[in-house]
Amino acid sequence: MNIHEYQGKQLLREFGVEVPKGMVAFSPEEAVKAAKELGSAVTVVKAQIHAGGRGKAGGVKLAKSIDEVRDYAKELLGKVLVTHQTGPEGKEVKRLYIEEGSDILKEYYISLVVDRSTDRVVLMGSEEGGMDIEEVAEKTPEKIFKEVIDPVIGLAGFQARRMAFNMNIPAKLVNKAAKLFLGLYEAFISKDASIVEINPLVVTGDDKVMALDAKFNFDSNALYRHADIVELRDFDEEDPKEIEASKYDLSYVSLDGNIGCMVNGAGLAMSTMDTINFYGGRPANFLDVGGGATAEKVTEAFKIILSDANVKGIFVNIFGGIMKCDIIAEGVIQATKQLGLEVPLVVRLEGTNVDAGKKLLNESGLNITSADSMADGAQKIVELVG
Amino acid sequence: MGIYIDKDTKVLVQGITGSTALFHTKQMIEYGTKIVGGVTPGKGGTEVEGVPVFNTVEEAVKATGANVSVIYVPAPFAADAILEAVDAELDLTICITEHIPVLDMVKVVRYMEGKKTRLIGPNCPGVITADECKIGIMPGYIHTKGHVGVVSRSGTLTYEAVHQLSTEGIGQTTAVGIGGDPVNGTNFIDVLKEFNEDPETLAVVMIGEIGGTAEEEAAEWVKANMKKPVTGFIGGQTAPPGKRMGHAGAIISGGKGTAKDKIAAMEAAGIRVAETPSVIGETMIKVLKEKGLYEKCKTN
Repeated sequence: MNIHEYQGKQLLREFGVEVPKGMVAFSPEEAVKAAKELGSAVTVVKAQIHAGGRGKAGGVKLAKSIDEVRDYAKELLGKVLVTHQTGPEGKEVKRLYIEEGSDILKEYYISLVVDRSTDRVVLMGSEEGGMDIEEVAEKTPEKIFKEVIDPVIGLAGFQARRMAFNMNIPAKLVNKAAKLFLGLYEAFISKDASIVEINPLVVTGDDKVMALDAKFNFDSNALYRHADIVELRDFDEEDPKEIEASKYDLSYVSLDGNIGCMVNGAGLAMSTMDTINFYGGRPANFLDVGGGATAEKVTEAFKIILSDANVKGIFVNIFGGIMKCDIIAEGVIQATKQLGLEVPLVVRLEGTNVDAGKKLLNESGLNITSADSMADGAQKIVELVG
Repeated sequence: MGIYIDKDTKVLVQGITGSTALFHTKQMIEYGTKIVGGVTPGKGGTEVEGVPVFNTVEEAVKATGANVSVIYVPAPFAADAILEAVDAELDLTICITEHIPVLDMVKVVRYMEGKKTRLIGPNCPGVITADECKIGIMPGYIHTKGHVGVVSRSGTLTYEAVHQLSTEGIGQTTAVGIGGDPVNGTNFIDVLKEFNEDPETLAVVMIGEIGGTAEEEAAEWVKANMKKPVTGFIGGQTAPPGKRMGHAGAIISGGKGTAKDKIAAMEAAGIRVAETPSVIGETMIKVLKEKGLYEKCKTN
């Protein structure tokens, strides 16, 4: 789960990480009020969307007067920003962050991630701030430094200082930077984050070390123990079908094709997409109903697919393990009873309770094309959709 | 034979009184797995499916001589269940549970350093040595005894591969699901090493998916060390970047972890990669014929 920059900065404040003063605004009036309260010579008006690259896309403006704040706020609110992370359709700006300007001497990069190859949390830093870090990693990998953190000890003081020295932070500010890194780590661990990225981290003319941006991503598996983080979720930033699916613990990803897919297991669901593409079709979604699904959950999953106007055909591909084929059959029958079935449906069942599942579908009277393998099913649905 | 588990393996079921655990305990017993006990705190002294239930793993091990456990405990308590299995010095613990917070797993993996126990999973289908021992949630009937080892990050794709092999008359030694989480107990290389040393295993199918670099690392290891032919498949060739595809670990981030890179690394290491998941079995058969192993591997 992602949150907005202003929410991330509020979180960082709680962990003693220095950030510029700022306020969220939902209208030009609120933006003006915030700017007046901040009273700084330069005010930054920042579009709040869940995507990086806002600066380059024109989503960050420097205002030198209250009038400029108002103008920029009017311009940005309601505007669709297209950045390299939003996709071509972009994202509409509905919130702004009004922040005091900072006297920036130099920009740096710092982040914390769960590193899969060491099975540890890693602190990653560079003196190349404000840039796309993947680009830095590619062009000048020697400028990226890593500290692997022992979960028993946490980020050690010496590691934080070594990182600051490696990043060429001015010697007199190394302790301030190290303190900031420790706060960052505390925030990461306390809130079960999976990514915290500060790009840029800045050193200012008045000798401050500050987080000028804050990108947080939280481990969705740990949200059950962070009610405060769940509250920060912004539904405007998410696909409505993905929101609906998440209510039932379904893994759903919207895609741009017209063949709806319902599959059990992430690997099989991905492979089903791959196979549909291989035979010249385009999947409308990725949907893993998971292992422990009840008939009710399967019903909801199938309803999400049925209610997608882009869907011109549906492929159900199930290899039962922990999931039982009869549960899937029950769900499909329930959903079609409630919403009807106007598009072709191809079903492939294999695995746990396969005979019971096939029997239920056969007796349901539904117009189902059955398939005896994934390739067979994919070919059939691609053909039926045409 | 096969790896990790065989007909003599004595298994404990952690969280045995839950409904999923009960269903699969029954299935495992039907397959012939020696389920010697179960653990649910507070339910010690009772019995389910004819299996005695204990309050702690330690107590269960003492009473039954179990050497392996399988965990069906709900995610908020699953990391603790793994720690308990490690503390009881089991040889192996297999964690089926999905959705364990990743920072819990970081601590678990740290705790396991220098300890005796191997962890497989979490978020995995389990391990099965055909006709001998089934531990986990996989459908038993698709497996046939033979000479091909299977290792995979995905549960259902493992079934897909095994089903194709069995249908084509190619039996298996052991199928190992290592799970779809970013931080786990056993990786491809750990399993490939075991298959390399197992005299019954003559070839290996390795099934990966997008996210991370485990397949690339395994490919390098195969190139340098593997004495047996390996074929493979990568799921998620058409997955959009930046989206988590069901598994916590299945995500292309920062241009890393793409299927294309993984397939290239595997092919460079001499691993034949199936173009679609439907030809995983066919691909193995082709390679077995080329290497003159087909007759030995053809089991019926």
